[in-house]
Amino acid sequence: MSLATDHSLETRPAILDEVKPAVLPRAHLIENDRSFAWITEKICGIVEGPTPAWWWVCFAVACCIASFTVCGIVYLVATGVGVWGHRSPVNWGWPIVNFVFWIGIGHAGTLISAILCLLRQKWRTSINRAAEAMTIFAVVCAGIFPVFHVGRVWFAWYLFPIPNSNYIWQNFRSPLEWDVFAVSTYGTVSVLFWYVGMIPDLAVLRDRFLLGGKKVRSFLYGFFAMGWRGSNRHWSNYEMAYLILAGVATPLVLSVHTIVSFDFAVSLIPGWHTTIFPPYFVAGAIFSGFGMVLTLMLPLRALFRLEDLITQYHIDCMCKITLATGTMVGYAYGMEFFIAWYGGNPNEGFTFINRAFGPYAWAYWIMISCNVITPQFFWFKWIRENTTFVWVLSLFVNVGMWFERFVIICTSLTRDFLPSSWGNLSPTVVDIFTFFGTFGVFSVLFLLFIRFLPIMPMAELKAVSPHADAHAGHQDFTGHGDPVVEEGHA
Amino acid sequence: MAEKSYGLIATFESVPAIYHAAEKVRDAGYTSWDCITPLPVHGLDVAMGVKRSRVPRFSLAGGITGFCTGMLMIFYMNGFDYRLTVGGKPFFSPLFAFPISYELTILFTAFATIGGMFILNRLPMHYHPVLKYDNIHRAGNDLFYIVIESRDSNFEPSATRALLEQAGATEISELED
Repeated sequence: MSLATDHSLETRPAILDEVKPAVLPRAHLIENDRSFAWITEKICGIVEGPTPAWWWVCFAVACCIASFTVCGIVYLVATGVGVWGHRSPVNWGWPIVNFVFWIGIGHAGTLISAILCLLRQKWRTSINRAAEAMTIFAVVCAGIFPVFHVGRVWFAWYLFPIPNSNYIWQNFRSPLEWDVFAVSTYGTVSVLFWYVGMIPDLAVLRDRFLLGGKKVRSFLYGFFAMGWRGSNRHWSNYEMAYLILAGVATPLVLSVHTIVSFDFAVSLIPGWHTTIFPPYFVAGAIFSGFGMVLTLMLPLRALFRLEDLITQYHIDCMCKITLATGTMVGYAYGMEFFIAWYGGNPNEGFTFINRAFGPYAWAYWIMISCNVITPQFFWFKWIRENTTFVWVLSLFVNVGMWFERFVIICTSLTRDFLPSSWGNLSPTVVDIFTFFGTFGVFSVLFLLFIRFLPIMPMAELKAVSPHADAHAGHQDFTGHGDPVVEEGHA
Repeated sequence: MAEKSYGLIATFESVPAIYHAAEKVRDAGYTSWDCITPLPVHGLDVAMGVKRSRVPRFSLAGGITGFCTGMLMIFYMNGFDYRLTVGGKPFFSPLFAFPISYELTILFTAFATIGGMFILNRLPMHYHPVLKYDNIHRAGNDLFYIVIESRDSNFEPSATRALLEQAGATEISELED
């Protein structure tokens, strides 16, 4: 057990003198007792080292895929929004599916960086930087669809309250206008959070490049490092600012997908007009985001040999959150059916029977298989320990969550109140390739991120390493901030 | 060369070492001094006698400004400047103005928090005597430093050096201004 030195008395909770809490064994957040210098070398080495061959291959492939989006958008702007399969009754089908899909993926990044920070889940430190990068790039991909679906994209600024020659303002009663503010705030705050977290690491790279004689790179990293010098008086304000940012990003991430769900829930379409939508969408967003985090982090861990920093414990945690949110989503699917029956509205009832057994039943059952059945594998420890299997399952999660949005939007719109207006969604080649290309856009941005920026927050990693224990009895220090073992550190 | 000294910089090799040294420097009554660490060391604020950060004041001001901006903007635009009739709904109600005001509260709080952090830290400051120290790259890596400035009223070159040595510094150098 730890040593109750006089220094620790200041932070040690008084109750510990009266009770004898059990010390539960916990996994170390950084394995093999790695030193501070090892962490610095490992993370900076990725940025400073030569570009790996696989990076160029992936980058070339990603650029080719991204070109689909670029070509699709150029064609759309040059021709008109009719090149997308928008027609009655599904007037905004494919793009809003893609928009909700991408914005949902972003949510895991903010969950990891903000909510897990407030909950003192210290394991977030290994994955938060990459997950926040994922958030930002996912928001970029999401933003493409609403901006270009307006057709005349040069009028997209009408979405914002900027004085224009018509003297008319936006309708602030509309959830679509709320969405404009929610998504743009989300994008901005995510970038700020990401950047602030990176300042100390950029300063490390600045000093290292200066030492290595690379003045241009030192200048560029130094410019964004703002002259950070690791002063503890700075750290004090910095940590407070980071905590407050986490505090405001938490209600933000919950509100963004809530407002996205209002786009549907505030309408009167059967299958959309339900109060379960906000929590159901937020759970689904976090579920899909963790699917994407696993999809990205497992290859990174293998390629850069990061097993000591992203340990089996981290993978377990991510799998368990995927399991929990996937099960919540499954509950929401079930509850929707129950309410459709219990509510006694024939249109609502029909919509749900039609979802499961109508023309889009194939999509519905793909959704159920991927989102409800796939995560149940994570109950088993031997599956969580098989990274290849976890990675494959995470791909199914991504697929399933795209189909969830497809099912919600298509089944409701193609079979609404009037049978005479029933129709089908028919995405065009441009639709499909523009969406496919966004995976390229995302990959290009993510590859640039892992090449040029520190992929893990070095300062935060050092703070959870046993060497960060100020009281020298660090054999019990696991980094979790356990109040008993670590004498009130958190 | 150094006509004017900025102060003394002392090297420490571990978290416990700098933690205990900081307590000694604090107890010796210094005020213009600092610890340079590669990570935020828990408890070092107490060991240094640094007061609670004032960043939250900026955040609160930002949040209030953001919320009022949202409400006033929507009142002005939909309820005053161009009254928009949609579905017989009221021209202004704080209820439909709430989601956007909520988002703007968060947006303004985030900017105010980061701005406040930069202001309180006096950043960006790309030139600083500490950054001229030869070994300063180790401050981002694995070493810890205590800097005591010569403008401190308690500063006295030999006595301050002795204090740092006694606190367990492995190396002590003078910083140029």
